[in-house]
Amino acid sequence: MKLVSRSSSKEIRYSRNNPNSLSKPGSDSAGRYSRALLLPASPSWQDRRKVAMISTQRSLSGSSSQSPRSPSSPLEPFLFVSVTDPVKLGNGVQAYISYRVITKTNFPEYQAPEKIVIRRYSDFVWLRDRLAEKFKGIFIPPLPEKSTVEKFRFSAEFIEMRCQALNVFINRIASHPDLKQSEDLRTFLQEDEETMERARFQETGIFKKKPADLMQLFKDVQSKVSDVVLGKEKPVEETDPEYEKLKNYIFGLEDHLAEAQRQAFRLVKRHRELGDSLSDFGKAIKLLGACEGDSLGKAFSELGSKSEMLSIKLQKEAHNLLMNFEEPLKDYARAVQSIKATMVDRANAFRQQCELAETTKLKEINLDKLMLMRSEKAGDAEIEYNELKAESEEATRRFETIVKLMSEEIVRFQEQKTADMGLAFHEFAKGQAKLANDIANAWRSLLPKLDACS
Amino acid sequence: MGSESYLGFEPSPATREEMETLVLADDDDRFHSSMSSLSAVPATADPLLSPPDPSPSASSPDPPPYADVVFSSYESLPNAAVSSSDSPPLSRNPSSLLDHRSPAEYAKITVSNPKKEHELAANSLVPGSGTFVTYLITSRSLDPGSGPAEISVRRRFRDVVTLADRLAESYRGFFIPPRPDKNVVESQVMHKQEFVEQRRSALEKYLRRLACHPVIGRSDELRAFLRVEGKMPLPASTDVASRMIDGAVRLPKQLFGEAGGGYVAPQEVVQPAKGGRDLLRIFKELKQSVANDWGGAKPQVVEEDKEFLERKEKVQNLEQQLSTASQQAESLVKAQQDIGETLGELGMTFIKLTKFENEEAMHNSQRSRAADVKLVATAAVKTSRLYRELNAQSVKHLDTLHEYLGLMLAVHSAFSDRSSALLSVQTLMSDLSSLHAKAEKHEAASSKIFGGDKTRNHKAEELKRMIRVTEDAKSCALRGYERIKENNRVELERLDKERHDDFLAMMKGFVVNQVGYSEKIANVWAKVAEETSGYARERI
Repeated sequence: MKLVSRSSSKEIRYSRNNPNSLSKPGSDSAGRYSRALLLPASPSWQDRRKVAMISTQRSLSGSSSQSPRSPSSPLEPFLFVSVTDPVKLGNGVQAYISYRVITKTNFPEYQAPEKIVIRRYSDFVWLRDRLAEKFKGIFIPPLPEKSTVEKFRFSAEFIEMRCQALNVFINRIASHPDLKQSEDLRTFLQEDEETMERARFQETGIFKKKPADLMQLFKDVQSKVSDVVLGKEKPVEETDPEYEKLKNYIFGLEDHLAEAQRQAFRLVKRHRELGDSLSDFGKAIKLLGACEGDSLGKAFSELGSKSEMLSIKLQKEAHNLLMNFEEPLKDYARAVQSIKATMVDRANAFRQQCELAETTKLKEINLDKLMLMRSEKAGDAEIEYNELKAESEEATRRFETIVKLMSEEIVRFQEQKTADMGLAFHEFAKGQAKLANDIANAWRSLLPKLDACS
Repeated sequence: MGSESYLGFEPSPATREEMETLVLADDDDRFHSSMSSLSAVPATADPLLSPPDPSPSASSPDPPPYADVVFSSYESLPNAAVSSSDSPPLSRNPSSLLDHRSPAEYAKITVSNPKKEHELAANSLVPGSGTFVTYLITSRSLDPGSGPAEISVRRRFRDVVTLADRLAESYRGFFIPPRPDKNVVESQVMHKQEFVEQRRSALEKYLRRLACHPVIGRSDELRAFLRVEGKMPLPASTDVASRMIDGAVRLPKQLFGEAGGGYVAPQEVVQPAKGGRDLLRIFKELKQSVANDWGGAKPQVVEEDKEFLERKEKVQNLEQQLSTASQQAESLVKAQQDIGETLGELGMTFIKLTKFENEEAMHNSQRSRAADVKLVATAAVKTSRLYRELNAQSVKHLDTLHEYLGLMLAVHSAFSDRSSALLSVQTLMSDLSSLHAKAEKHEAASSKIFGGDKTRNHKAEELKRMIRVTEDAKSCALRGYERIKENNRVELERLDKERHDDFLAMMKGFVVNQVGYSEKIANVWAKVAEETSGYARERI
């Protein structure tokens, strides 16, 4: 695997909700929203950054349109992907949502400059799993969760959130210097649906393991047993203090984010509740106004109407919060899970390395003994030793790769998260400010009318 | 009574100074009519009005280390402050539009200093009995001729019940503000601080409302209650059981026509039958009301006043809508409270996150993220506080709805005064007509018999006497009925006017409040949006 040095960060942004989205109950497509994708700045650029807008903001119809700006220089490699247009397919229990995945690229490895395929959630899962297998050490971008509640699975809101999250997922992969070279990514982006389905089915269970992997599994089990037998039950762990610090950080961060996510969820709910009570209050006040009659009654009626109008604004803001504040926080939490998965990989690699090193050492000692004794077993033993030595070196290489990758990934992660959360906070603050202003304006407009009543 | 000028809402020169200082000193009064729920007791008594904590939320482990989160209290926020530097066009002063509904005779009534006391004849069988709570009631009289201006008396809740009962008797047809509920609970609970505090506050509200009523505020009963030191000077009400027993004792006398029985004394007839001792009268009126409902013959006097009937229906409609509106107002306030609380909790969580990132920072990007998180956290905490204040004010304004809902009870009561007075009149008229019929029959019978029969004459005399007495009673009852009708009418007009003013003030107060706080909240978040705008800069 080629290691490319990364000089600048790549960010995926969550951007403002499309105001046209979601409030159309009848449409198949659950929602549109614009998204800014920042292309990785290759070392040759300094100033100009390119922004590709995978936007469907302006289109009101069901079809999506992307209008990526052409790169400033036609020779620059680019890979634009977008996930849009969720459509419910199938019937009953087997119903599922399919998404359109549109790719535009000039990578030579790709068959065509533009390709559109249909993919479903499990295809994304397949891709994620393959990448996790092959790119140990890299924090694989997180996927949105599977939905456990049946009823919710097809709600417009859930589908919109998922579509957005999948789009972010694929774009993060497409902008990661290593991941974007992946063959599995190419398969995902290009192959027709049948090939994809076949690939997906092959992934289950033990069939995906190559024979060498199976042997390794076997050996792992063996060594575990001998460990237990020998009383060495404690798993072997790194003692790198900086890594320790990182581990503690990740676990602490996980807790904080879980709490933050909970609060964000509750905040969305509260907005909805306030909207509901404003609506009920407005109705009641209008009825009271009807009782009163004359100017007072009119004033009441206006008050009630404003209240109802504000209720709608609150529901809108609740949705905005969901997509642009709660979702980024959830994404953050998922990213932490992805890091934890890499940490597990690293621990496994470390353990393997240690065990193999140990076994090799034992074998070496044994070999020396045999050679001294000029035993005929020495030949075989030497072959075994050499094999083991190669494996041990391989394991060491694997481990060291993971360590190196992780250290780079962590920098990248922090930068990416700062940008992601910065945007999320910005949107959050903007939304809250706008809501508060709308509320102030609505009520303020009543005052001259109230004055006229007295 | 030196306060005739009150009728025109103009304070007499001697008291104007007092009123002015009163109005200026207590900013909150500017918002409200006499119907307000604001108490003069320091705001800490009211959980909703507690001043903002130095630490952002009650559950915070340690207060935030930055000064910019702590800001001045908006507690007694007069309108002017709300509309201060932020929005000049908002400097409307609703006090100029509000009725200064100041009490007739008493400048300020406060209820304070609850104390446990013991009855002299304690019943040791029931634990906790024999102790009760008294409250110190201080009032300042605006009537220069009535002794010392400020007088304090000690009263217990039972005395308040007595006052309410006596007022109900004397002021039939008026919309008498309803008294606080009796709570039939264990005396243990009675002495709990929270309960006592609630009751104290309710008593204060009640007495102030009484004082603000144009007629009742000048009543002898109220004056006696507020100003006669020592034991409560008004006669206590007796319980139902002993009344019934008394009534039962009298009943035989009434039935067998002995002197003093069988008819209603004029002075008694103006009181409703139901609460009294006169069982016979109760039965008679019951019979009459049944006859009204089921009988064929229409009673001679009926409720004819169309205008009254219309207004009654209007009031009933109003009550219904008030009830719904009052409920929804409560939910609205709760929803506002919830959102403020959640924002506060979010802020706290983010503060902890900031601390964490700063402590564990290994990269600069972490530090700048921590700074961003802190921005949001601070704003969230600030907003949470603003919501809390917004809510405290909203409660005050929307409380007008609850107040008027409570007043509906008084209206019902006044209307039922009217109908029971009418029933008494009807009953007496039935009595009269049956007496007349008896007299005629007797006359007709005795004219067929020659010679005077002593007993017969006696009976004729007796009948004549009864007719006379019943006529008197009937006139009394009619007069009482007319008086009540007039009271009803006057009160309905007063209700309409005051309600118009109060509701308008409520709406204004509520709206102005919302505007003020929403603007503040918008500013808080606008700043954060500004400071994080860099993250959005590259977007198209």
